[in-house]
Amino acid sequence: MKFWPRVMAIAWKDILSELRTKEIISSVLVFAVLVLVIFDFAFDLAPNLMLEIAPGVLWVAFAFAGVLALNRAFIPEKEENCLEGLMACPVGREAIYVGKALGSLFFMLLVEAVILPIFALLFNIAVLQPELIVVTLLATVGFVAVGTIFSALAVNTRARELVLPILFLPIVSPIIISAVKASALALGGTGWGGMTSWLSIILAFDVIFMVVPFLVFPYVIEE
Amino acid sequence: MKSTAESSSVSLAVETSGLGKSFGNHQALRGIDLKVAAGSTLAVFGPNGAGKTTLIKILASIMRPTSGSVLVEGLELRDNAEKIRSKLGLVAHQSYLYANLSAWENLDFYARMYGVEDRGKRIGEVLELVGMTTRRHDRLSTFSRGMQQRVALARALLHKPSILLLDEPETGLDQQALSAMWDIIHRDNCGRTTIFTSHSFERALPVCDDVVILERGRIAYKEQTCNLNLDSLKQKYQECTQAVGK
Repeated sequence: MKFWPRVMAIAWKDILSELRTKEIISSVLVFAVLVLVIFDFAFDLAPNLMLEIAPGVLWVAFAFAGVLALNRAFIPEKEENCLEGLMACPVGREAIYVGKALGSLFFMLLVEAVILPIFALLFNIAVLQPELIVVTLLATVGFVAVGTIFSALAVNTRARELVLPILFLPIVSPIIISAVKASALALGGTGWGGMTSWLSIILAFDVIFMVVPFLVFPYVIEE
Repeated sequence: MKSTAESSSVSLAVETSGLGKSFGNHQALRGIDLKVAAGSTLAVFGPNGAGKTTLIKILASIMRPTSGSVLVEGLELRDNAEKIRSKLGLVAHQSYLYANLSAWENLDFYARMYGVEDRGKRIGEVLELVGMTTRRHDRLSTFSRGMQQRVALARALLHKPSILLLDEPETGLDQQALSAMWDIIHRDNCGRTTIFTSHSFERALPVCDDVVILERGRIAYKEQTCNLNLDSLKQKYQECTQAVGK
């Protein structure tokens, strides 16, 4: 069966639905900007110290905004039991996972694209660096890849707002830690050479976080 | 009238043997043996918790059985789930439709998922069939339950399925909406096999060829409707459900 047209249909459906309501984008953006503003007022540091703290602040904003977004990723499928409707379609369960992950990735990247310039303004740091953009892209892919499966797991639980961060954040922490470290090096102007080990860790986790959920997802949604 | 196939000469749309499903210690289905002839209509009755929805979900390959096998048009469900799903249309308690999308957008999404060719034309056809053409660009959230169920029916018929599965499609519908729904199903029925679950003997009996009564996951009774009338069916239902209840 045609895998990618179905995947793109699911992702497009999520994007279209979100563009109508802007539920995820608006709440996530407000949250992320608030985090940045609070940290900006909390730390009044010299520029060289700011460079050490700023990557952590940036990834706190990204990570918690991401958790908020992923928490809502499967809610439209829960309403009117649409997930069953998807499962009844002539397509592998894996396509549902990839489609949902692509939709979430789009929202995350969109939010990050808005947050980065605000971060640059508030912390007076140049963010238009290819190294930082690559780190952000790679880390977001892994974050969303594993977050999507936990979102599917959490949506059927009563306390899903609690369950998702409790299950998901410890698992995704290697990617977040590596992203913070790699972002610090990128913002410090170290260049690609100094970032190789952190980028390798992010890439390795990206692969694991894409392959394992892809294989496990059918069992997660069926029972 | 075609009926539940007992003779091997009749081509079968659905055949289950020893079908079972357990949820932990609870056995929702136990040894279901069912043969449904191609083009026939089967009504499945049973009290709440009898296993009707579980049976439909297994036939729709949403749920995996714990034991037994299912053949759909000669194909083993376990090995050919995706291929079989393209032959099935499913209407359940819930509409499977997205509230923030319009009727057209919902149908366009499902048409993509089912790989329907000439999507625009087919969506127009099914919307006309269910009488929702004028509201096609309105969001689902603005529709009444009856209207949503009509669009759900359009969704199920979109890819011209050869087997239609209906799980208590009458839930929440008024008399007028109910009549409209059954009218649509009959109008669009070109040799399609239909399996539906229901609590309404009055509405189901005239439209089906065979009936099955499920009780606690077992087939307690099955008969062709030509051998039944409304009173005898009600009496059988009482006997089946009371016998197990004792």
